[in-house]
Amino acid sequence: MTAAGLGLPGLDFAVLDAYWPVILAGLWTTVRLCGASILLGLAVGLGVELLRARVRRAAPLCRVYVEFFRGSPILIQLFLLYYAGPGIGITLDPEAAGVVGLGLYGGAYFAEIFRSGFEAIPRGQLEAAACLGMPPLRALLRIELPQMAALVLPPAVNQSIILIKDSAVLSIITVPELTKQTSRIINETFTIAEPLLVLAALYWLLVTGLSAAGAALEARLTRHLNPSRKTS
Amino acid sequence: MSHVPDFSIAVAHLPALLQGAAVTLGVSLASIVAGLGVGMAVCLCRISRRRPLAWAARAFISALRGIPILVLLLIVFYMLPLAGIELPPVAAAIIALSLNSGAFQAEIYRGGFASIPPGQAEAARALGMGEGRILRRILIPQVLVRVLPSLVNELIMLLKNSSLTSAITVVELLRASQQVVAATYRPTEIYLTAALLYVVMNTGLSALGGMVRARLAGRGRVTA
Repeated sequence: MTAAGLGLPGLDFAVLDAYWPVILAGLWTTVRLCGASILLGLAVGLGVELLRARVRRAAPLCRVYVEFFRGSPILIQLFLLYYAGPGIGITLDPEAAGVVGLGLYGGAYFAEIFRSGFEAIPRGQLEAAACLGMPPLRALLRIELPQMAALVLPPAVNQSIILIKDSAVLSIITVPELTKQTSRIINETFTIAEPLLVLAALYWLLVTGLSAAGAALEARLTRHLNPSRKTS
Repeated sequence: MSHVPDFSIAVAHLPALLQGAAVTLGVSLASIVAGLGVGMAVCLCRISRRRPLAWAARAFISALRGIPILVLLLIVFYMLPLAGIELPPVAAAIIALSLNSGAFQAEIYRGGFASIPPGQAEAARALGMGEGRILRRILIPQVLVRVLPSLVNELIMLLKNSSLTSAITVVELLRASQQVVAATYRPTEIYLTAALLYVVMNTGLSALGGMVRARLAGRGRVTA
């Protein structure tokens, strides 16, 4: 790619030619760590919400968790985990700290998303299940979770997109992800504009791709709710 | 290397942390106000009937919402000097945060405009009011009142995002606590205190948001 080809004066993307493997490795690390943190966040969020709603004693603790992780910036949570963790016996390498940090942060948001999902399911369904002698666990697995999954898909995809963008801050605790690798290139080549523009474009592609995938999945999962498909 | 947390250290350095918190609040407020200008302008382009304007606004919103704030901060901080514009870090921080917030605010305002019955603008037009005056006197005041709760949410997001400006050397709450940690080697106490200060500020803001919401619900007839 040349500057003339892009119509941008003064830009020369040729400097990046030697660095594409580094950039792609960073991109892969970002994708891998984000995937892990989103899964961790979903698991933590679901666990916290189930505890909050079903175990009375645990409810205040769950509220404190959600308030703390939603109320403070992800960067300071990462600092606490990575720099203060060793003081209380938690020693994690940067990648693990990143996944745990992003996962706990996302978990607080996912818990609230799951809460609204559970609350949207009519109580009558659970009462009917109980009348039919269905044990609560089976009602949860067969009646609540499948419906909730379709309901929470759009906000959960949104939250995942936010987590991908927030994963850029992992560069600050030295995780070799996309942003960190790009800063390395800036320092090695003394070029600023080209690496930063490529960095921005790659994040935009990731986010826009996930958003499109989410919309497609949502359309599939909610086909049965689409009134135009009614036969009568 | 385990030690018993000793919060007297945090208390001793509280003035430095509070000074940082003041910068955090200042940067966030400045960015939400500047973001309001950006957001309203982009929103008006987005709902404009002129195709190129609407298309440009769409591209702006998509790009600015798709780029991490940290990356945007680096772009503004490192690329403006290439164009010959030297800015202090605080100014770069406010520019980047308000551009990002503006993209989100534009979508908030779009919802606000959509919620106002079209009959109002039609009536104003029938009375001979110009388009600019319809916007200023009829639409924008109502939109702003309606989106107030969303704006408070946006301010909470901004307050948390402002911590990223520490990466471009703005001495806000996070960087202030980093400096204290560098001097005291007490990350647990200092970072926890800073995190709690963020939680306190955000809880205060969200209480404010609740009040605004209750107030608006009370005068529902006027705003609806």
